[in-house]
Amino acid sequence: MNSDRLPLENNGCGGEYHKNKVKSIWILVLLGLVLAAAVLLSLWAGSYDTPVTELLRGIVNQANDPKINVVVQNVRLPRICTAVIAGAGLGVVGCVLQSILDNPLASASTLGVSQGASFGAAFAIIGLNAGAQNGGGLWISLAAFAGSMGVAAVILGLSRFSQITPESIVLAGVAISSMFTGATTLLQYFADEVELTTLTFWTFGNLGSAGWGQIRFMLLVVLLSSVYSIFHRWDFNALLAGTETAASLGIHVRRMILINMVLCCLTASAIVSHVGLINFIGLVAPHIVRRLVGNNHVYLIPGTILAGASLLLLGDLLARTVVSPVILPTGAVTSFLGAPLFLYLLFKRRKGVC
Amino acid sequence: MLRVKDLKFHYQGGQQVLKEINFKLEDGKFLSVLGNNGAGKSTMLKCFNRIIDPEAGSISLDGEEICRMPMREAAKRMAFVAQTIPNTQMTVHDMVMLGRKPYMQWGFTENDHRIVHEAMERLGLTEMRGRFLNELSGGERQKVMLARALAQKPKLLLLDEPTSSLDLKNQYQVLQTVRDICHETGIAAIMVIHDLNLALRFCDRFLLMRDGAVFRYGDAHVIDREAIWQIYGVQGETADVRGQKIVMVD
Repeated sequence: MNSDRLPLENNGCGGEYHKNKVKSIWILVLLGLVLAAAVLLSLWAGSYDTPVTELLRGIVNQANDPKINVVVQNVRLPRICTAVIAGAGLGVVGCVLQSILDNPLASASTLGVSQGASFGAAFAIIGLNAGAQNGGGLWISLAAFAGSMGVAAVILGLSRFSQITPESIVLAGVAISSMFTGATTLLQYFADEVELTTLTFWTFGNLGSAGWGQIRFMLLVVLLSSVYSIFHRWDFNALLAGTETAASLGIHVRRMILINMVLCCLTASAIVSHVGLINFIGLVAPHIVRRLVGNNHVYLIPGTILAGASLLLLGDLLARTVVSPVILPTGAVTSFLGAPLFLYLLFKRRKGVC
Repeated sequence: MLRVKDLKFHYQGGQQVLKEINFKLEDGKFLSVLGNNGAGKSTMLKCFNRIIDPEAGSISLDGEEICRMPMREAAKRMAFVAQTIPNTQMTVHDMVMLGRKPYMQWGFTENDHRIVHEAMERLGLTEMRGRFLNELSGGERQKVMLARALAQKPKLLLLDEPTSSLDLKNQYQVLQTVRDICHETGIAAIMVIHDLNLALRFCDRFLLMRDGAVFRYGDAHVIDREAIWQIYGVQGETADVRGQKIVMVD
């Protein structure tokens, strides 16, 4: 055989690796600073005008004015914590689903989780009349959680009968979403005006209704899914090289998809059942971070957690302040602003980025 | 040494795709698997790669049964280069680093970085390690995937039509690199390929498959007029051009 060698070509940019790595780390730091700034701004903004130092003291219940302690501890801090935790959770769910389903449009609603939660809430409000009872909010949250976890059970059940592929999950999600939307509409058909109004307000999304117990539960679930995703960051990177290559790297691709899907359903259910429908955070946050740091999940996952938290917090800040003292529904604001942002990213993105 | 013994496979409710495949491949040899579409070439590769489990038979590498090994352990012994080349915004360095995934605990070690550096150097990628994959040509990206496979430190390299989307120059560069790797490091390689002349130019062994069974196995002599007719159903001739065997189809 002829052994003549053809020259291998190089393009001379080795220093770029270090530059990219440092840039990615700086972007994560910057996202962290944006989140910190958003937290401070959210703490400060509101109808009760107070100096920042007093507000910071209020966090540890040490403000000179006892009213500030009450405002911070009972109103602003729970709302900020809810926004940060829910935003981070929706972000990580979007990032993981987009990766495992190889679909840039994937988010919690792709699997039908949001629609399942809506059905659960509708059942509690209309079927059990939870809106008119004391402690009915808890029943609505529980029913929404059960509804969205029901979606996970249906998808897992279906996967037992046939080979689970990203395409089949997306299609199953579309079918299940349609089914739950139809079921919710049927329930609404039999509802009275009060029940319809309660359900409509629930679907708007509200960050102010969660108590510390619910916040702790959301934090636990979001922490679980975030830590799991960060621990398996290189598994998601392997999927970028294709499912066959991922399998050749020792990854049980099918098992990985199933575990992540269950975790995503659980996380999204925990969030949606407590804060209502918050759209576009899970879709947009991973796309923004992807544009900044690329597809490497080592940076993408923590970046999405920070960006999701910041986006929801800023969206909520806008909802609280734009026509103050009226508080707009956060879910509506994130959808209203998220859609143009998504379109901007879609048309400005560089080839092959997403 | 790779030993494949009585390997059989059929899809659920389907016909037999692999029928008692038997062959041995010595270390450092580059084998091409040839045959028409549907002959069972890619299915055989999937059995090696643990994507599907064979119905019967065994695949052993240096006496270790691959099919009964945990996937992570198998990934330390075999690496796979797919036909489709990823086009993603991930740096060359990070993609090659992926080859150390089977060895990874929480993070990568100094040893992992050293092996990745060696693999990039072997493929001439060191200078472009900071560039994103979606900024590279198809040939460069396939070299990145080869470097990623080398970083796995495999004993066996599996390649599924690795040159199908490359231009002529890159086809030669990639296959030449694989052949050099085999000869210099002792890694055995199995490649599914359609181009007989490329196979003859770079491979040491040839496995001709027909209807899920081995038609012939051996060195370049197994490819002759009769084999071309039996495998591909076309009339062809072999010729010797400057010491290189080539196939011409009538």
